[in-house]
Amino acid sequence: MFEARIYISLKKGILDLEGKTVKHGLKSLGYDQVEDVKTGKYLVLTLSTADRSAAEQAVEEMCEKLLVNKVMEEYTFELREVEE
Amino acid sequence: MRFGVVVFPGSDAADCYYIIDQVLGHSVSYVWYQERDLNGFDCVILPGGFSYGDYLRAGAVAAVAPVMDEVVKYAEQGGLVLGIGNGFQVLLEAGLLAGALRRNEIPRFRCHDVFLKVENNTLPFTNSYRRGEVISVPIAHGEGNYYIDHQELIKMEQQGQVVFRYCTEAGEIASEANPNGSVGNIAGICSKKGNVLGMMPHPERCAEEILGNTAGLHIFLSILNWLGINRQEGVTVHG
Repeated sequence: MFEARIYISLKKGILDLEGKTVKHGLKSLGYDQVEDVKTGKYLVLTLSTADRSAAEQAVEEMCEKLLVNKVMEEYTFELREVEE
Repeated sequence: MRFGVVVFPGSDAADCYYIIDQVLGHSVSYVWYQERDLNGFDCVILPGGFSYGDYLRAGAVAAVAPVMDEVVKYAEQGGLVLGIGNGFQVLLEAGLLAGALRRNEIPRFRCHDVFLKVENNTLPFTNSYRRGEVISVPIAHGEGNYYIDHQELIKMEQQGQVVFRYCTEAGEIASEANPNGSVGNIAGICSKKGNVLGMMPHPERCAEEILGNTAGLHIFLSILNWLGINRQEGVTVHG
């Protein structure tokens, strides 16, 4: 079994409103050193395959087909083997 | 003349159904998202609402529902497809229209009337409007901030794919008339062939006398005109 940890964020140039709002909140608490806040999505998938390259290919496909909108988002992921 | 209104879990399909059935007197059926047959429909509508709770991204999960394979084929064959609000989001996610919708620039749900300028009145959906006509139509969305990169935007403008823009009452395309931050004040776009239209404002919510505004009815009348069907007797329409 493999576990895929997928990180999705907005592309550069796409305004991250949630990040901007969170930054505003942190400033209100006095954290003036916060230059920027980026938000995104974090997904953890558990895959019933023993083949690392098959898992990698499947996750990439899933990102392209559904999990990520490439007009405005980008993604990275990491795979690790887990016990059943 | 038969309309299909697609229903995903969380769709708000009743308004469109009502307008076609009760105001226009045409045949209309709900199409459940698991169906795989669109034979016999003259126009397919993806209505507003919150399909799948807007989870992941608005419209993303609906865009991979079984019925969407058929909607894509239907559109590729030249069938008329209209997406309103969430339906517009689904069309973008399904790749039938170009671009994406982001959260509103001021992160707030906007629910009020806006003015729209009709930029292209040559479409199956807009032939009952005048070019440049300013109409008032309600919006109700939190993710209507249209995005497309600059080069693509220019191409779309040249090809007449920008159909509606947010404007002032006088028809000026101004930033203060833009409710959500959309590039170019864009409120609605069409496919290259013009048979797929997506728009954030809700024409079905201003399509009956009792609502005090029938500007939206012309979308449906345009479709009927285009399909060669005469206006039903007894329907009073005001510009």
